[in-house]
Amino acid sequence: MNDQVRKSVPWQRHWLGVLLIAAVLLAVPFVAALGGQAWVRIANFAILYIFLALGLNIVVGYAGLLDLGYVAFYAVGAYVYALLASPHFGLHLPFWVILPLGAAIACIFGMLLGAPTLKLRGDYLAIVTLGFGEIIRIFLNNLNAPINVTNGAQGITLIDPIRIGGFSFAETSTILGVQVSGPQKYYFFLVALAILVIFVNVRLQDSRIGRAWQAIREDEVAAKACGINTRNIKLLAFAMGASFGGIAGGVFSAMQGFVSPESFSLMESITILAMVVLGGMGHIPGVILGAVLLTALPEALRYGIEPLQDAIFGRSIVDPESLRMLIFGLALVLVMRFRPAGLWPSSQRRRELAESAN
Amino acid sequence: MSEQQQILLEAHEVAKHFGGVKALHDVSLTIRRGEIYGLIGPNGAGKTTFFNCLTGLYKNESGHFIFDGVKLAADAPHKAAEVGIARTFQNIRLFGNMTAIENVMVGRHLRTHANVVGAITRNRATLAEEAAITRRADELLHYVGIQDRAHDYAKHLSYGDQRRLEIARALATEPKLLALDEPAAGMNGTETEALRLLVEGICRDGVTVLLIEHDVKLVMGLCGRVAVLDYGEKICEDVPSVVQKDARVIEAYLGGSVA
Repeated sequence: MNDQVRKSVPWQRHWLGVLLIAAVLLAVPFVAALGGQAWVRIANFAILYIFLALGLNIVVGYAGLLDLGYVAFYAVGAYVYALLASPHFGLHLPFWVILPLGAAIACIFGMLLGAPTLKLRGDYLAIVTLGFGEIIRIFLNNLNAPINVTNGAQGITLIDPIRIGGFSFAETSTILGVQVSGPQKYYFFLVALAILVIFVNVRLQDSRIGRAWQAIREDEVAAKACGINTRNIKLLAFAMGASFGGIAGGVFSAMQGFVSPESFSLMESITILAMVVLGGMGHIPGVILGAVLLTALPEALRYGIEPLQDAIFGRSIVDPESLRMLIFGLALVLVMRFRPAGLWPSSQRRRELAESAN
Repeated sequence: MSEQQQILLEAHEVAKHFGGVKALHDVSLTIRRGEIYGLIGPNGAGKTTFFNCLTGLYKNESGHFIFDGVKLAADAPHKAAEVGIARTFQNIRLFGNMTAIENVMVGRHLRTHANVVGAITRNRATLAEEAAITRRADELLHYVGIQDRAHDYAKHLSYGDQRRLEIARALATEPKLLALDEPAAGMNGTETEALRLLVEGICRDGVTVLLIEHDVKLVMGLCGRVAVLDYGEKICEDVPSVVQKDARVIEAYLGGSVA
């Protein structure tokens, strides 16, 4: 019914909203640059995490499969890019070859994970996926012998930035009289990708496949009895989510110029899952909000807390890093206590929880 | 039609154990096209187990089903639905947080084809298919008489309407055989009567019906033939009037020996 309400909004107002969002998106990297390029990078990571969280939303939010190893696909994408566009193997393929390839390989890994876990649900699935994420990380850490594939814990350096012809995303250049820095270029690239993933999420939600995912989430036995091949449809969810993770990993590699197994820890998977759950599972605007908050907040704390302590006590008493985790954890607890459906849940999910509370 | 063509479902000595318990012991029966076939028996007689074996939710240890001339694959519920067996559940299993019409639309999944690419691009074929799915789902809601509740969540429907919605969802898969597991359970007299009319209508429209039911009056009024299960064994199979007088059936229901 929500959809019908939304559809009845006149088109003019739709366009006004779109223009407003476009204006804000355009302004962000330039406003952020006033505080230094570091803030542009933070904005970039926020969008990268939107991308990741919406990829995971397909698996967790739509199909209801609790995946704690999502970072594995991110890692696969990152290493595919790193190996094919760095001096490590002397390969320098263009990004438009590697990103789709990374997505495809991550997709295969998604199915590799999906296939043996098809009969598992809930907690059991979470444990297996968690193990899978760790296996990938440990492999990356140790695949430097007998043949040096991943360069072990040292990681891979000097990864090529994204280049379109002679136009490199790593350098500052002047476009139409405006100076645009490397991170700002990546920002626009990431926004384009994020719009793509939002589009895919929206379209899938209200489709034959989307309904099949929801049916599996609601009642797997009934879904089977309705003739849904739950094995294939679940694999599809894993594969789609994984390929988005793969793309995100590739962009991460290009943006950073360096990858190591350290970036793909369990904590990362949990952070992405927390974005989905905190924002509002299965609700696209909620997931976006969750991703932005959970990326921006810790950074803001990191930059804000040390000067604050200096101002009050004249010196740093608490290490900002540990305080950051403390506040982060506290925020999670408070949100789960007072807004269990997430910060911005779909109207439907809010009602569900309200009912179960009564 | 020859005798062979008239048979829609043949169960051949189907057996199922749970540990040491014989839930089904070599049950054989045949269902003819176009009839309403009743399956009755006391609690724990194995009726629902039989249903679950037939629809592939359980894997039977021995025996097999031949449906429409083809042997059914065991342990593959979606394949059973594909060849034309649809079912409802004793303890209603709807997709609670989806609307009534969405529930029926899920039932169309099997007979439609849109893949991920179609869903994302929304090309002409996909849009046409979506429109057809919505139209058919709407028709089926009218058919079972709950079109007013189309946009309500399934879990908010009344008990009787939920039973009807489950039937609509099952019909959306275009079954040849509709297997209803205690559809009248928990219904009052008026609701049961409405259900009887609905099942008769479904049968008239060419779908064979297999009915598990406790309401003996309903079964006797509706079914052309009835099989009785007791402790996993078929003890009787005949027209209702004969079954009602069968000594073993009376014994199974009332216990003890009846002289």
